[in-house]
Amino acid sequence: MAIISTGFQASASLPRWFTPAALVGSFSVALAVFTLARTPSEGGTSLVGVGFVGFALYLLTVAIVSRLVEGRRKAADRLITSLVTAAFALAVIPLVSLAWTVVTNGIARLDADFFSMSMRNVVGPGGGALHAIVGTLELTLIASLISVPVGIMTAIYLVEYGRGKLARAVTFFVDVMTGIPSIVAGLFAFTLFLVLLGPAAAINGFAGSIALSVLMIPVVVRATEEMLKIVPNELREASYALGVPKWLTIVKVVIPTALAGIATGVIIAIARVIGETAPLLLAAGFTTSMNYNPFSDKMMTLPVFVFTSFANQGIDTQSYLDRSWAGALTLMLIVMILNLFARLISKFLSPKGA
Amino acid sequence: MAKRIELKSIDVYYGKFKAVEDISMVIEPRAITAFIGPSGCGKSTLIRTLNRMHEVIPGAYVEGELLMDGENIYSDDVDPVKVRRQVGMVFQRPNPFPTMSIKDNVISGYKLNNNKMSKSDADDLVERALKGANLWNEVKDRLERPGSSLSGGQQQRLCIARAIAVEPDVILMDEPTSALDPISTAAIEDMAVELKEKFTVVIVTHNMQQASRISDMTAFFNIAGTGLPGKLIEYDKTEKIFSNPAQQQTEDYVSGRFG
Repeated sequence: MAIISTGFQASASLPRWFTPAALVGSFSVALAVFTLARTPSEGGTSLVGVGFVGFALYLLTVAIVSRLVEGRRKAADRLITSLVTAAFALAVIPLVSLAWTVVTNGIARLDADFFSMSMRNVVGPGGGALHAIVGTLELTLIASLISVPVGIMTAIYLVEYGRGKLARAVTFFVDVMTGIPSIVAGLFAFTLFLVLLGPAAAINGFAGSIALSVLMIPVVVRATEEMLKIVPNELREASYALGVPKWLTIVKVVIPTALAGIATGVIIAIARVIGETAPLLLAAGFTTSMNYNPFSDKMMTLPVFVFTSFANQGIDTQSYLDRSWAGALTLMLIVMILNLFARLISKFLSPKGA
Repeated sequence: MAKRIELKSIDVYYGKFKAVEDISMVIEPRAITAFIGPSGCGKSTLIRTLNRMHEVIPGAYVEGELLMDGENIYSDDVDPVKVRRQVGMVFQRPNPFPTMSIKDNVISGYKLNNNKMSKSDADDLVERALKGANLWNEVKDRLERPGSSLSGGQQQRLCIARAIAVEPDVILMDEPTSALDPISTAAIEDMAVELKEKFTVVIVTHNMQQASRISDMTAFFNIAGTGLPGKLIEYDKTEKIFSNPAQQQTEDYVSGRFG
């Protein structure tokens, strides 16, 4: 029987089990080589080495076998797919490792005491981070109250009104602000309040909020700007054509349409500054006592709590370390909750289609 | 209601570029006037000058006089926002507000201007406007659904309902059916014919059958070449333009010999 080639038939393809089998095979070979080849003085098998060699072996196997069986196009496809997947895995490894380390180390002290006590008169085990949690929440809230209106209005100016030199200057300075090292923001707030209030009262929670605002405003401006830009011009025109003035069009059409994106951007900006340590160390200081008043006296915050617990370990080193990790875990949880919140907001506020 | 529009030697510029030159014509009330012509001849630009929408584009300005029932809408003391309240517009692509329900889209002209109205007034208005746009039967059971849940043709009729809900004197339609299928197009054409009972209707179209089907008057625009301004070549009763035009260019265009 003659086989008539239609030109559309797929070339032979490798079975589904080929990829997992090649992976297992390559890494087993790599592991075996490294285990057998190591000299007793070197200690354990190098996992990094196994990873590299195993992956290289896998690429080689796939490229050769696929080229022989499936042809050039599919071989290239498999090769690139493997490289892209590997790049992804490489990016995820530090993330997972970091989350894992923080959770395993921090979970020990994540108890009721940690959320209900300050560090006043605590030198050994026990104590908590309530003062730092309260400080972080208050400072971030104040920073947001300052940055969100300023940032959103700046973005509205840039997108809806800004023309010519002033707009270009504002854009330029927002770019510059994005690049400010956070310690400089802290120094700025610290010196500002040093000039205003004198050395005795310069360090307080509000100064910390100002430092955070300096870092937060450009992020809010950028995020809002991007969101306002993608509101279709047709909607603005539709509103103008109904005899709606420009400012009402912005307030009632443009902003609501972009609201989900703006809210998400704001929350991402909050999550970005909530972990800032250096500026708060300078501007808000550190303390072991509760302080609910952001306008006077030093105020503890979670990142600074983590830092000081780690930097100044007392006699009972382990308690300080445990508290430090628990503080880091708490901060991570807060950021996670904020991100979750951002997802929910964008889900509920997005313009609904079909 | 239904105003007469008189254009007196209108020139439209985008910055230094003169897009439309020396247009003088009278647009009759309670009639449909169609603007036809090849792409880039300035018909969309011109229709946008009728409610000062071209001013949204930076650098665009108009020279000449545009009288609406004798009142020049380009005199210095005229607020463009007020002009647009009397001259509604429907765009090429349907653009309902995505954050609003069908009902809110219809009354958006009031809501966006912060005009309060009682719930029963609003319901009456919604029903009247949607009936006027031949959309009521299709959407009366889902007025609270988002406007973007409708099909393209329904969205365009929703936009027309939105425009007529504010009870303007003039309705401008800039290629309202070019993004729609033939059935939706027919629905909108029928509606345009009903609208001329109450409004002055101006429609820009690339579809010559459409112009000949629904319009009473037709204006043919053309450009001599790229970079040159668009001009009004001929303006007359629709039958005359399509059967026995005075200008050779018009005849070439409507008979499909160019463009």
